[in-house]
Amino acid sequence: MSQPAIQVEGLSKKYRLGQTRTLRQRLASMLRATNTEQADSLQSGTFWALRDVSFSLQPGRVLGVVGHNGAGKSTLLKLLSRITDPTSGSAAIRGRVASLLEVGTGFHPELTGRENIFLNGAILGLKQNEIKRHFERIVDFAEVGRFLDTPVKRYSSGMYVRLAFAIAAHLEPEVLIVDEVLAVGDASFQRKCLGKMGDVARGGRTVVFVSHNMAAVRNLCHEAILLNSGCIERHGNTDEVIDAYLNRMFAGSSDDGEIGWDLPDAPGGEEVRLLRVRAIDEAGSPRGVFDLSEDIRVEMTYRVLKPLEDMRWVIKVICDDGSIALATTDHTQREPGTKPGVYCSTCIIPRKLLNAGRYSLRINAGCPGIKEYVPGQSFIRFQTTRSTDHGSYYAEKWPGAVAPSLEWEQQTVEQANADETIREAA
Amino acid sequence: MSSTPIPTQLFAGPDKAEASLVTVIKPQRGLWALDPVGLWRRRELAWVLALRDLRVRYKQTLLGIAWAVIQPLATMVVLHIFFGRVMGMAEKVGDVPYPVFLYAGLLPWTLFSNAVTASSNSLVGNAHILSKVYFPRLLLPLSATIVPVIDYCIAFIVLAGLMLWFQVPLSWDMVLLAPLVVSTIIAVLGVGILLASLTVSYRDFRYVVPFMLQLWFFMTPVIYGLDFVPERYQWLMNLNPMAGTIDAFRAVVLGQPVNYAAWLVSTTSAALTLVIGLMWFAKLERKFADVV
Repeated sequence: MSQPAIQVEGLSKKYRLGQTRTLRQRLASMLRATNTEQADSLQSGTFWALRDVSFSLQPGRVLGVVGHNGAGKSTLLKLLSRITDPTSGSAAIRGRVASLLEVGTGFHPELTGRENIFLNGAILGLKQNEIKRHFERIVDFAEVGRFLDTPVKRYSSGMYVRLAFAIAAHLEPEVLIVDEVLAVGDASFQRKCLGKMGDVARGGRTVVFVSHNMAAVRNLCHEAILLNSGCIERHGNTDEVIDAYLNRMFAGSSDDGEIGWDLPDAPGGEEVRLLRVRAIDEAGSPRGVFDLSEDIRVEMTYRVLKPLEDMRWVIKVICDDGSIALATTDHTQREPGTKPGVYCSTCIIPRKLLNAGRYSLRINAGCPGIKEYVPGQSFIRFQTTRSTDHGSYYAEKWPGAVAPSLEWEQQTVEQANADETIREAA
Repeated sequence: MSSTPIPTQLFAGPDKAEASLVTVIKPQRGLWALDPVGLWRRRELAWVLALRDLRVRYKQTLLGIAWAVIQPLATMVVLHIFFGRVMGMAEKVGDVPYPVFLYAGLLPWTLFSNAVTASSNSLVGNAHILSKVYFPRLLLPLSATIVPVIDYCIAFIVLAGLMLWFQVPLSWDMVLLAPLVVSTIIAVLGVGILLASLTVSYRDFRYVVPFMLQLWFFMTPVIYGLDFVPERYQWLMNLNPMAGTIDAFRAVVLGQPVNYAAWLVSTTSAALTLVIGLMWFAKLERKFADVV
């Protein structure tokens, strides 16, 4: 076995919670001659964003890093990119490293596309003559040729992202550290980027890739790591790790169409408590499996404990790979102002909308910008099966997060008579 | 591009040294945290960022680079009217033209003041880059001083013009201008780097710096000469990293005797500030991305 491209040993990072102190507070505590360290720990706790993480990665392998928000993915990337220093532990990376935690870092809106290519390239670690060498290809890849001498502040967001990614794509490092930079741009450009990433992997480069896009992780990565609360929960085969991640994601949700709580441990806070969530059929009975030809009624029973000026429910229907199929809210259909009491809200997911497969329902309530009353959580999992009159049942697996039955029209523009067709064929 | 086998390309190219590079990531201590090797390797970035500042500054301005001349010249005229004429300083500085006297002091002072302002804001101003990409952080305050230095060079030409106009004779002492420029740069970097790291931790310094520079201007012999200060207090004055240097700079320009002692004390004080600044910067360097 050759030497690993990345060797991480006991990497840990501690953050102090709460506000950093201002000069005034610092001076005040100096005057009072209190022990500042002690004052710090009294004022705010500490938090291990990453704890004792060890792994090694062979050259040419692509590692996916998955985990929930706050699991430590970004911290791991920041440490490997040297943006921040570890509290303890070490990592060694062999070869030229490039990290992409964002595309277009350092782009200046006043500067032209051309000037920004050189600026951004230099920030990412390219030498000016390397950029000159790649210049034509960067411009071609980004498809911004005509606007090269226009300030990027006049670019459309799509053009901006394309240019930014094009520069990054020409870094040619041996070790590439990438955050979810692909979650931008239009779909066709995303595919192009994913293709480029695949090239990178096939080019023998070592890649660490963080993403919430399980399909991308599955496609690109040879192995994966699941992070949970700053620790590695699982490291191994990509499919196994993704399954572990999804299982964890759906943990605590019900498979039989109904879940309920008593008030003390009901989800929510001091304003709203969720009492029961059900996925029911038209007859009103909870089910874990629905036919695509019937409506699915999602019913939330909840208690409002304080008068609320504004609140809304949001339901996200999540596919089996963790991507969001759709999201819906009752915001526009709700009367403003809710008095304390017990309520029941129902959302109808119409028939012939979803695809066949497994979905989960992630539900939250809140008022954006004010407070989240019930934090988002996956409560219900259900399965959908193909019905006989749904458009999706021909294929083994119909593609798409949803498979709505849409209206089609056909008009005859010109029609040849049967004789002509036969003559031409002969 | 990436379909060609990368290793051959890398080993064949000038990046041979980097191809076998091992990056070690671990908690950093001491001045090594400043990453001098990386600093040298990424030196191009300092120029590119300075070029950005230069381009952005003169985008959509009418007079462009002429501002580098207008600013010190206009300051000189205003100070000459108020201090030279109204308050009669012009007679007190001896038989030298007061405009040249003023300008010779303003030239290094403007560099100091502009560069310190720019580098103290350099980390906070580039926070969006700091939190996304690694490069030795010291590049930012260093890069921020480049544009003021360019302005300084342009303003130097005006000094030559003024000297011709007022028929100030040239002397061999003028070779001292080179070490004097070095002294000035040491003072600029020392104060700039120290303030850059302080501004990250305490945004108070964003308000402190302009105000502090205003007071500092009056505590530096620009509108008056060092010999205006009672001899008993001159040593105190010289602790100011710019005082002795500016006084010597002016003496050289005007062909007057140079106060070497004052220059030496000020330069030592500037060098000391630079060492403290670097140490403080190194201590905070790896935390900038978390704090900024």
